[in-house]
Amino acid sequence: MLSSMLLGRYIPGNSVIHKLDPRAKIISVILFMIIVFFANHWIGYSLLILFVLTMTKLAGLSIRFLFNGLKLIFILLIFTFLMHIFLTKGGTVLIDGGFFTIESEGLITGIYITVRLIMLVVITTLMTLTTSPIELTDAIEKLCRPLKTVKVPVHEIAMMMSISLRFIPTLMDETEKIIKAQSARGSTFMTGNLKQRINALVPIFIPLFMSAFKRAEEMAIAMEVRGYQGDEGRTHYRLLSWETRDTIALFVLVLFGALLIFVRQ
Amino acid sequence: MISLKDIAFKYRAEEAYALDHISIPFNAGEWTSIIGHNGSGKSTLVKIIMGIVEEYEGEIYVDGELLTDENKQSLRRKFAIVFQNPDNQFVGATVEDDVAFGLENLGLERSEMIKRTEYALDLVNMLEFRSHEPHRLSGGQKQRVAIAGALAMQPEVLILDEATSMLDPAGRTEVLSILCRLHEQLDTTILYITHDLTEIERSDRVIVMNGGNIVGEGSVEEVYRDKELLEKSNLKVPYTAEISDALLDGSYMTHDELVMRL
Repeated sequence: MLSSMLLGRYIPGNSVIHKLDPRAKIISVILFMIIVFFANHWIGYSLLILFVLTMTKLAGLSIRFLFNGLKLIFILLIFTFLMHIFLTKGGTVLIDGGFFTIESEGLITGIYITVRLIMLVVITTLMTLTTSPIELTDAIEKLCRPLKTVKVPVHEIAMMMSISLRFIPTLMDETEKIIKAQSARGSTFMTGNLKQRINALVPIFIPLFMSAFKRAEEMAIAMEVRGYQGDEGRTHYRLLSWETRDTIALFVLVLFGALLIFVRQ
Repeated sequence: MISLKDIAFKYRAEEAYALDHISIPFNAGEWTSIIGHNGSGKSTLVKIIMGIVEEYEGEIYVDGELLTDENKQSLRRKFAIVFQNPDNQFVGATVEDDVAFGLENLGLERSEMIKRTEYALDLVNMLEFRSHEPHRLSGGQKQRVAIAGALAMQPEVLILDEATSMLDPAGRTEVLSILCRLHEQLDTTILYITHDLTEIERSDRVIVMNGGNIVGEGSVEEVYRDKELLEKSNLKVPYTAEISDALLDGSYMTHDELVMRL
């Protein structure tokens, strides 16, 4: 299940969406979060679904692949759906089960809200699937640059993010090694009640933290001897370039938002 | 090139000196190896040279200039170092980002960075891996990237602090052969710190350290043949040196020569 999980993963590719400037993608996702709320009846929602499906196709990803990868999230969304069905009242009574009733208003809001959430999840996943983590951090650094004037350490935060991302696979390997080492000493992680299982994690986390601290120290030294002194006087090897297609992409999104407002009732 | 005068250093709360007033000159274009077992002071020495440890006694001269608080930033730019753990010195998200990291810190123009990155990666035969992420590389490849990152800074001295001790034999051979090529073709000054006697074969000069002191110094051959010194310093005489010694009554041969002879 975890290996097919798509949240936060990056799949290299060559599609139009992949080629967009990461800043354009971040801005689009934020815009989309607003646009989603313009839809208020079935035409709007159908347009939303259509739009998201088109984007998926443009990113060169299959819908089934995306669906499989997000299954876990969808299961969570079913709860939201059920909550609305049972708790939102109004309209005609569809099912009267004695101690509970399902009313039409509840069913409709349930469907709408769930669709809205699914679309948000899919569009943000599309962004992370088509943008490498380092591009995302670069883009966040660039977009947040104005915050520097109010003393937010934008560069340092971006640096921390990119180093953490870079260490995820390393620490994963390490965790695996520690689990094996502890299993070899007779630890069991998969049996017992919840409390026992949580306790069994302690001998994994303590060595993991120890090594993470050691790594952090060595990393800091390695960065220092390579002349790292923060943002001051530093140039950038990676360049983000805003092309016409990025402007077009944003424009298309704004038009789509306008269309949704137009079909509102 | 670099000259250490009477360097002494004590870790806090410890009685004995980790480095006990030592003086060594390092010459330009030379491959100097410092060998010693754990705790002999060899890594402390590197820390002092690189400025990681700052409260030492004694003087360091770089190109004849005394290292002071004012000039240490600019003088230390002449050294670049590769550390032991390949994972913990990989800063960039990809190979080329990592090589460029030091150049970004120097504030170089982007075109210059691209040129230097390509050149350095080519020197260590890693150019084709330029867009790879670190977790897709072997230990030896990561260390080669680290060497490229150091070379891109165009240092006058390349320092390697146990740079091969976490690698498998294949990775170790990879790294050593790159170093040999750099030393032969570009005359790179190398300061090589290790505890493994088999790795010093190519060096021009060997310094043996024990207990914070320099206990021996000489050519590879001289060090290999001084069994008493090696034993006192807790170092293991390489297998090949022992064979050549036993077979050829004391005359020293390198690994390759020995193989040829046999």
